[in-house]
Amino acid sequence: MAMEITQVLLAAQSADGQIRTVAEENLKQFQQQNPPLFIHSLSTELSNEQKPPESRRLAGIILKNSLDAKDAVCREELTQRWVSVDLSIKSQVKESLVQTLGSLVPEARHTSCQVIAKIASIEIPRREWQELIVKLLNNMTQPDSSAPLKQATLEALGYVCEEISPEDLEQEQVNAVLTAVVQGMNQIENNSEVRLAAVKALYNALDFAQANFENETERSFIMKVVCEIAMAKEPEIRQATLECLVSIASTYYGYLEPYMQTLFTLTANAVRGDEEPVALQAIEFWSSICDEEIHIQEESEQYDTGNSPHSNFINQALPMLVPLMLETLVKQEEDQDQEDGVWNLSMAGGTCLGLIARTVGDAIVPLVMPFVESNITKGDWRCREGATFAFGSILEGPSIEELAPLVHSGLEFLLNVMKDQNSHVKDTTAWTLGRIFEFLHSASSEYSVLTAATLPRVMSVLLESIRDVPNVAEKVCGALYFLVQGYESGDCSSSILTPYLGDIVTALLSTADRVDTSNPRLRSSAYETLNELVRCSNLRETSNMVMQLLMEIMNRLGKTLELWIVSSDDREKQSDLQALLCGVLQVIIQKLSNSDETSSIINQYADQMMVLFLQVFSCRSSTVHEEAMLAVGALAYATGPQFVKYIQEFYKYLEMGLQNFEEYQVCSISVGVVGDICRALDDKILPYCDGIMSQLLKNLSDPVLHRSVKPPIFSSFGDIALAIGEHFEKYIPYVIPMLQGAADHCSELSPNDDDMQEYGNQLRRGIFEAYSGILQGFKSSKAALMLPHANPLLKFIETVVSDKYRDEEVTKAAVAVLGDLADALGPNTKVLLKDHSFHVDLLGECIQSDNDQLKETAVWTQGMIHRVLVS
Amino acid sequence: MPPPEVRRSIKRSAVSDQQRRRELALLRQTQQRSDSQNRARRLASSVFTLSSSSSSDLILPDKDILTRAADSEEHEAHLDESVAPARELNVVQASKLKGREARQWFARQLMLPEWMIDIPPKLDRDWYVFARPAGNRCFVVSSNGTTISRLRNGSVLHHFPSSLPNGSRTRDSSGPASSYCVLDCIFHEPDQTYYVIDMVCWRDYSLYDCTAEFRFFWLNSKLAESGACNSPSTYHRYRFSVVPIYDCNQAGLHAAYSTSMPYTKDGVLFFNKHAHYQTGNTPLALVWKDNYCSQYFLDTDSQGLVPTQQQVVLEMQEDGKLTTSDDPPVVFGSLEVDFIQKSEFRAGNLLRFAIKDESVRVVDGKLELGDLQFISKSNRARAFADSYSKVFFQYAARHSPLKIEDIAASILPNLPDDSPIVDVEMGS
Repeated sequence: MAMEITQVLLAAQSADGQIRTVAEENLKQFQQQNPPLFIHSLSTELSNEQKPPESRRLAGIILKNSLDAKDAVCREELTQRWVSVDLSIKSQVKESLVQTLGSLVPEARHTSCQVIAKIASIEIPRREWQELIVKLLNNMTQPDSSAPLKQATLEALGYVCEEISPEDLEQEQVNAVLTAVVQGMNQIENNSEVRLAAVKALYNALDFAQANFENETERSFIMKVVCEIAMAKEPEIRQATLECLVSIASTYYGYLEPYMQTLFTLTANAVRGDEEPVALQAIEFWSSICDEEIHIQEESEQYDTGNSPHSNFINQALPMLVPLMLETLVKQEEDQDQEDGVWNLSMAGGTCLGLIARTVGDAIVPLVMPFVESNITKGDWRCREGATFAFGSILEGPSIEELAPLVHSGLEFLLNVMKDQNSHVKDTTAWTLGRIFEFLHSASSEYSVLTAATLPRVMSVLLESIRDVPNVAEKVCGALYFLVQGYESGDCSSSILTPYLGDIVTALLSTADRVDTSNPRLRSSAYETLNELVRCSNLRETSNMVMQLLMEIMNRLGKTLELWIVSSDDREKQSDLQALLCGVLQVIIQKLSNSDETSSIINQYADQMMVLFLQVFSCRSSTVHEEAMLAVGALAYATGPQFVKYIQEFYKYLEMGLQNFEEYQVCSISVGVVGDICRALDDKILPYCDGIMSQLLKNLSDPVLHRSVKPPIFSSFGDIALAIGEHFEKYIPYVIPMLQGAADHCSELSPNDDDMQEYGNQLRRGIFEAYSGILQGFKSSKAALMLPHANPLLKFIETVVSDKYRDEEVTKAAVAVLGDLADALGPNTKVLLKDHSFHVDLLGECIQSDNDQLKETAVWTQGMIHRVLVS
Repeated sequence: MPPPEVRRSIKRSAVSDQQRRRELALLRQTQQRSDSQNRARRLASSVFTLSSSSSSDLILPDKDILTRAADSEEHEAHLDESVAPARELNVVQASKLKGREARQWFARQLMLPEWMIDIPPKLDRDWYVFARPAGNRCFVVSSNGTTISRLRNGSVLHHFPSSLPNGSRTRDSSGPASSYCVLDCIFHEPDQTYYVIDMVCWRDYSLYDCTAEFRFFWLNSKLAESGACNSPSTYHRYRFSVVPIYDCNQAGLHAAYSTSMPYTKDGVLFFNKHAHYQTGNTPLALVWKDNYCSQYFLDTDSQGLVPTQQQVVLEMQEDGKLTTSDDPPVVFGSLEVDFIQKSEFRAGNLLRFAIKDESVRVVDGKLELGDLQFISKSNRARAFADSYSKVFFQYAARHSPLKIEDIAASILPNLPDDSPIVDVEMGS
């Protein structure tokens, strides 16, 4: 029997905070004391037409939250709790929910849909509650079903489809759902709410319709209905339908040929005349088609499958499609450049134009250039900006040969436009210059648009424009980023950019100091451009400058420690600025440590830098500064054994970073720094190893740990083992089971999922690196400890080698660990190696490889195995 | 309005610099991990034994041998008749040997091409060809801060500093001090250059069990980066150079045979791409010459003249049989017991004979020499008898030489790689 909870639910929404708190506390207690009764009471409240809408709505929301959570562990717990509820209570709850779909109160219907979907997401994959689909479909076919019931039923169907995956439904069920949804779109029988719900449900059901799209009759029927409803008089329905078409474009690209003519007309009308949200979806349809064709082209290039199998829709539509997009470019909003991430017709149109250029290459150029030429000098700023935007958009895709002459003849014009009176025009022009440098400038290319003759003029314009309004200045930073990138030099050749670097650095540093904007992007652009400049500079010519920059950045980082911090906002600003400055220091450390001549500079300033980093860490109490952590890693590598004097102070922050697996990036970076320190300190790391190892093992056993951190943790076991050698012995009983568990886990990963495949490769590599480090670390004294693990390891290598999805890095790690096994365990592995003769083919394959490192490793391993076999 | 989730505005850059910093840091860590693991692999890896039939119980040269051998002159090509017990040493240990011991050991380390008496099938697919520089074959070992080249008979040619790994006493930043390398070279007098025709070990990596294809790849990628190809300097007395190696198709054969090289040619060498480096005679490397590409087409006698009758050097066995240097040896005749007693020859002696053309027969493709006329004991610098293929080649050279046209004719005209004809098994 359900409890009466209306009053508590209403009290929980009271304006009086005290009443609210008491009510929330009551609810929480109720939930803890008797979860099944709590759930039952909530569903009873939700389904009762006599109760106020407010209490019903809240009952539904609490019910939903007691079934689902964002956090995976929490969600699993809630799922288990639901599964364990008494069957009769569960059926009552479900029954009342389905009933509520016919409620006259919209909030009750809507909330009920959401709860139904959550329960379905738990039960349908377990092949339970199969009658739900039947009941929902009944609602659609009963002649006496009310419009609100149909609307809610379709909404529920949509949510259910969103929650479950295609393999959870039988094809018959899918057919019935699609039939119901398509019928719901019928204009004669249904009102606009029902039809909108039907379209939204179709959007979620599309993933289930593979078999139906493969069938021409069914496909054509679905497409016909969709194209009809795309011209409904209600803009919401048109928008939702176009969202469906966008999804169809990417999911069912291969089936679209017969409908493209209709779809072009439909989308062109929407782009030209419909309301903005609809027009944006129509543009998105074409962007998605481009995505598909670019993807197919990349795949066919990668796997060399010869002529690409795609339908070339973009090429066919090109003469009409390009003008359509060009029209959108002059529909800018005022002040759009002041706003981050603005999305409107002209942005979407320019973005689509860029994708078209990447899809078709040279063919777009003659279609765009007349528009550029006729608009770029017009009085209306919209024309000038649109023309430049069009030009900038098509710089990626067409060949350098096609573009270079245009850019050569237009460069001076663009440089002059940096003095335009309109800041939109200047913004887009600076962006276009950046695109030119990104795609058409490389010191080593014969077509580079920047030459010794043009560079002085370009530099003077950029250094002047960087003082323009903030949004223009930010784009100029972007242009400088790509400009310096194009001059990235080898070690020997002198760069013609070197004489300008001093001025650029000065300009970037004062840009970073600007106070005329509250937008943090300008500052970060300035520092990031500085990073690229350091990375690309020719150290032989610039070591002095880089050293001065190092001192300046240390000085700036020191000043952040003196900032007056009152609010959490102040704290955040300080932290952001420290991130940028630590980033620059990291880049400088890495650059200087690349060469023997300059690495002494780091040693000279290492104490000062380390003090600063430690102070940055101490600005926060609970989390570790990610950028400071990265910088310390670089410093550890650069200073080598000297780092030992900092380790004691630094250790607590390292530990904090390793513990912080909620922020998995921070955790992952800290794990990487463990490796840096191991290589810097060798066995001097020993006193800290118990702490580090126990934290790493703890992390691995925690289900909350983000999976991307696991492979680096395994690799770091190898780093530690290599550093401390025989002292790693005491960790073996813990580490080996972890490695074997992870090895088993690899074979459970789905090979059909690209992400899982990549993760599997990372994991395998991490496991191999761990074994390699341990074997090499034990080689001279403790190798026998690994004897019992040799056979499982060999079996694992064999399994990995037989996996066709392994990448080259995994292969290399596998070959290396094979050699390590033979090297460390010697004649003891003779029988094993004879039993697992897969290495013969593997090494044969690797020695044929084009990858020199792989070849080198394979040769070494071959030698090691040979030595064992003849012993 | 924000853009749809999957869509990024073209005006926003794709990758944040922070993400780049993370990725670059990761890249650096990965590289350094791999470096330090590789260092660990090399540091303690025991050096490889040289011969492929090596045993694991290495016999280290004892002090006696070293002191006893230390006073013998290095440059005298003296070879004691008594056969020393076969020693299984690695090259580092062997390089500590001195005098006779060292010569005996090193004399067995070179891969010796057979002479081309007929044309192997699939020459164009499975073989490389290159012009052999004129000069002495040498086995060059750099280790312990010095470089030693030894001739075919094991005697030292030069003892010098070089830029090869650990080949001189300069600081070699690129490898540990115990590192060594072994090259198969021809020393070309006119430009005082070691032309490297094979790489046997490089920075402790043994290449014995690698295919020629791979060894040449390794040679070409590693030699130059060591600085060994640079002009001579204080710490690098002789220049090393690679020879151009061609696939043995029409164009490659033509290039090796007719194109002028920076060195004087002495014939043409053919290497089977799939063959490992094998010490001693091997049919998977072949030498061929004619008057056009070599000044030494026909063998000369001790005066440097071509004798009217072909001469051969054979090894006398215990029972008086006269054999070639092949393994197993080919018997070309035998000496009478009383002749042996009179002359006091001992088993293992190398003896020079003249052959009478009219007594030579080719039976079932095999050469039989018939009547051998003793001339003298051979030059003491020689370490080996002639091989069967050499005797045969010299015989053919005097009567019906294998011509360049014959070799060229056996090679199919160049076909594109994907032509199905290549897959047809020809004559095998």
